[in-house]
Amino acid sequence: MQEMMKKKAIELLGSGAVARVLGWKKGEFDYDITPAVFESIEEIENEFIYNSLCSPNLSKYLVKESRKEGKTLIFLKPCDSYSLSQLITEHRVVRENVYAIGIECYGKTDADTIKEKGIKGITKITENDGVLNIETLYGNEKVPVYEVLRERCVNCKSKKHPVYDELIGEEGQAVDDCERFSEVDRIERMTPEERFAFFRGELSRCIRCNACRNVCPACTCEKCVFDNDASGIAQKAASDSFEENMFHIIRAFHVAGRCTDCGECSRVCPQNIPLHLLNRKFIKDINELYGNYQPGENIGNRSPLTDYTQNDAEPNIVYKRGGKDNA
Amino acid sequence: MQRIGVFVCHCGTNIAATVDVKAVAEALKYEPGVVVSTEYQYMCSEAGQELIKNAIKENALTGVVVCSCSPRMHEATFRKTVAAAGLNPYMLEIANIREQVSWIHKNIEEATEKAIILGRAAIAKVHLNAPLTAGESPVVKRALVIGGGIAGIQTALDIAEAGFEVDIVEKNPTIGGKMTQLDKTFPTLDCAACILTPKMVDCAQNDKIKIYSYSEVSEVKGFVGNFDVTIKRKARYVDENKCTGCGLCTEKCPQKKVPNEFNLGLDNRRAIYIPFAQAVPKIATIDADYCTMLKSGKCGVCSKVCTAGAIDYKQEDSFVNEKYGAIVVATGFNPIKLDKYDEFAYSQSADVITSLELERLMNAAGPNGGTLLRPSDKKHPHRIAFIQCVGSRCDDGKGKSYCSKICCMYTAKHAMLIREKYPDTEVYVFYIDVRTPGKNFDEFYRRAVEEYGVNYIKGMVGKVLPEPDGTLTVRASDLLNGTQLNLSCDLVVLAAAIEPDKSARPLATMLTASMDTNDFFTEAHPKLRPVESPTAGIFLSGACQGPKDIPETVSQASACAAKVIGLLAKNTLKGNPCVAHSDELLCNGCSSCEKVCPYGAISYSDKEFRINGKMVTRRVASVNPAVCQGCGACTVACPSGAMDLNGFSNSQIMAEVDAICKW
Amino acid sequence: MQMVNNEFKPKIVAFCCNWCSYAGADLAGTNRLQYPAEVKIIRVPCSCRVNPMFILRAFQRGADGVIICGCHPGDCHYTTGNYYARRRMTLLFSMLDFLGIEKERTRLEWVSAAEGQKFASTMSDFVKTVTELGKNKRLEDLRCKK
Repeated sequence: MQEMMKKKAIELLGSGAVARVLGWKKGEFDYDITPAVFESIEEIENEFIYNSLCSPNLSKYLVKESRKEGKTLIFLKPCDSYSLSQLITEHRVVRENVYAIGIECYGKTDADTIKEKGIKGITKITENDGVLNIETLYGNEKVPVYEVLRERCVNCKSKKHPVYDELIGEEGQAVDDCERFSEVDRIERMTPEERFAFFRGELSRCIRCNACRNVCPACTCEKCVFDNDASGIAQKAASDSFEENMFHIIRAFHVAGRCTDCGECSRVCPQNIPLHLLNRKFIKDINELYGNYQPGENIGNRSPLTDYTQNDAEPNIVYKRGGKDNA
Repeated sequence: MQRIGVFVCHCGTNIAATVDVKAVAEALKYEPGVVVSTEYQYMCSEAGQELIKNAIKENALTGVVVCSCSPRMHEATFRKTVAAAGLNPYMLEIANIREQVSWIHKNIEEATEKAIILGRAAIAKVHLNAPLTAGESPVVKRALVIGGGIAGIQTALDIAEAGFEVDIVEKNPTIGGKMTQLDKTFPTLDCAACILTPKMVDCAQNDKIKIYSYSEVSEVKGFVGNFDVTIKRKARYVDENKCTGCGLCTEKCPQKKVPNEFNLGLDNRRAIYIPFAQAVPKIATIDADYCTMLKSGKCGVCSKVCTAGAIDYKQEDSFVNEKYGAIVVATGFNPIKLDKYDEFAYSQSADVITSLELERLMNAAGPNGGTLLRPSDKKHPHRIAFIQCVGSRCDDGKGKSYCSKICCMYTAKHAMLIREKYPDTEVYVFYIDVRTPGKNFDEFYRRAVEEYGVNYIKGMVGKVLPEPDGTLTVRASDLLNGTQLNLSCDLVVLAAAIEPDKSARPLATMLTASMDTNDFFTEAHPKLRPVESPTAGIFLSGACQGPKDIPETVSQASACAAKVIGLLAKNTLKGNPCVAHSDELLCNGCSSCEKVCPYGAISYSDKEFRINGKMVTRRVASVNPAVCQGCGACTVACPSGAMDLNGFSNSQIMAEVDAICKW
Repeated sequence: MQMVNNEFKPKIVAFCCNWCSYAGADLAGTNRLQYPAEVKIIRVPCSCRVNPMFILRAFQRGADGVIICGCHPGDCHYTTGNYYARRRMTLLFSMLDFLGIEKERTRLEWVSAAEGQKFASTMSDFVKTVTELGKNKRLEDLRCKK
């Protein structure tokens, strides 16, 4: 796969069809993969990487890159393709300046997930035929990728590419029996006290580093309300429980109906807060109240929050459902 | 820092009896920015207003808070007062301490405390008020009516009567619309042509009315008072200024096999034609799909016989640009296509017809000269079945969910006319319900049943079977008798549902006028503003807004004209300054705001910005203040906070929240 | 109005749309229909003007309950504003509930200009509910306390 992608990237860059390539390369550590913009064939030959550790969603980078001179080649996993499609819908990416190659994806992993398996002292990770060879200070271990998939990949919602110019590999389908809402469902069935305790436990760890916001392909505002002194709610430090709640509620609300559930927010959170749960709660509510809606599925779709029907549920539906006390 | 004056009104004892007004004035004196705080018995009186005006001048106030009755009562009064003292009228806020305090609370202490808090909230808000000026825009004193049916004709005539110029754009070669095809009209049974054609002639002769026939609206720009419209004049290959309408060409044209749409294809016309004798304008049109000259360059008969030299085979579509102050939509309706209703054998048998086809068959100018004959064998039918609600009130996805409204009445009319003219013909009507609200409507239906002996059977028809002998077997259930019927008929008439004209949807997009899921235009308010679209300057006339019969259409058309005249009578339009505005530096150009705007007031353009020394092109929203009505839907849809609302800004509302919660 | 707790008086912020609910409140006043003084009304043009940020801001600054009132569905002065408000508030309230914030602290009610009685009884009922819940502790900002 990596070689096919490299070949294609070199061919397009060499012919001048594209001016730059969005892909992945090694980060600080071998196993720490980072998004990268390649502008020369040499860079691609030496640094371009694609393997099961290439988690980062590249689509957001197009907000800037697609406004530059010349076309940008981007490699899109299905998740990234949904994000790009939503960004095109919102006019955030100039479609004509993008050459999108869809790539098939069987799920991604990263060092954090591997560490959760009890593997410590990782020095290097290589991959061969779906099996990770993990070199650690204490010796080598071989682990199949499917055993260490990230939660979002275990609960993969779709292997389809809503937008692409060309595909490498086979086009997949939406996953019908995806169980991504089971955790939201579990929390909904708690009592309000339990839910409050659960989220305080999670959100109180927030250090307001803004990593979730910065990585989120739906958070592409030119200037975030939280950074804008004139907005009246600009605050940067997480110094209080309210602040943590406020930031995450408003952020989730602003991306509601637009969030494609790519799971990047939770992936990058240094405090391992399961932020995707807030987004999934909105997605689950939208699906249940207004009919299934997958942002990014079709370019030009109307978000449920900019739409209505005359017979929508009244907000008191919230009082009537969910929670142990009402079950 | 604002210099704020606070004026607490006693409203006689209305406020002063339960609110310690002196304490309120005293407490508010120490709020930041307040330079004068006083009370008076009746602030809205001459003397009270003088007091405010003098205080503004003496203290060089920049903002005013009046603690009094509801702003819905006297906001306008006090705005004028502060304006008279040289302040911007929007530098005023009202704390409602009558309806929200003195009238609903009995405890003086509690009421006084609440009055002070509401006063603080108003002071907090006024600190953030900015002077606002209502924009003015001139009104072009000319109206456009899109659609030349009875609705458009009536609206145009009424507008012209008031002295304003009106243009009618009609896509067909003649105005008149569906009503021209009708035979008689219920409930009075006068002939449609007799009452309609004089109105058509009035349109043609009125020097205020200009008719663009065989034309379509192709582009609309601008906004209320100032629309810029491009009209496409389709090539009719006949010079309108030369053609005298003599009709010789339509007799000599050798291409005789063109289905005649005026008679719904029940007979044929020529390739060059005038739709019917009373057409307005009476000008021939060449049907390019059938004309041999246009298709192969061989013929030219019409050109040879035309003494006026009006034929022009080289004519092309042309475009006219015109400015209008108001646009009326009168695009009307059509019966639905019946291809999904095969159970009624519409496509299999020529003797299964629609009600509109029956109108033509019965009309003296129709294909049979007014004698009712079966289309298949031209024989007189002896038993006729009418099937109601074909595609109306359907939730099976094939038809329309709504009631088409006119079918019950026209079917009663058809049944009655047939029974009167051909007493030997039996008439059966299969219905779900008979709906006849309307002046003299139920009496009309009862006459059909009681005097004319029309057989009404409650029950739906399951199937119509064409038999080898040319008859049609109608299989139906009679719900009242609980029996199944197999009725042998000679003619079956289907009351097809009506739907908005297909041209309505693209037109709505051009006009940014909203539509419902059935493609009917929506009103600004379903009860109180039924002839206006939510988009300012767009008005609705006739069936484009919902199914209507002729009396209702004409009333609505005149109501619509009254609204248009009201607009055109103004020289300028003064806007509401409390409108949304977009901060271009914050705008992402994501279109969220545009999607929730009910008025189409938001548009986007690419603009260049200097960011960090580099020029960057970005897509940004801008609000047309002449169109925006100030609801604020966009401000919440906007994630970046680029959209804000004058007079109710994010920071103003949050300042009120803060003031209320800080006690 | 019987207070459940004589000590505790909740702070209630009511956002009322100018065309229906604010007029409904005026009518309640004209008809001298009493409701608790804890309710403080903020006038907005339409229920669709209410930003979730305003509601959180109210809680941050010490409100114990926030109620939004608008025209009945189908009666919006701006045709569609309350439909958008309904979706936004439904999702926001559901999220607050998800986070364990007492769902009874937020409410959306449709009150027409003719429903003075409904306005007064809705406010009385809401104040009673919030009073029973007690002080808002799960969504407060301690820094905003003096």
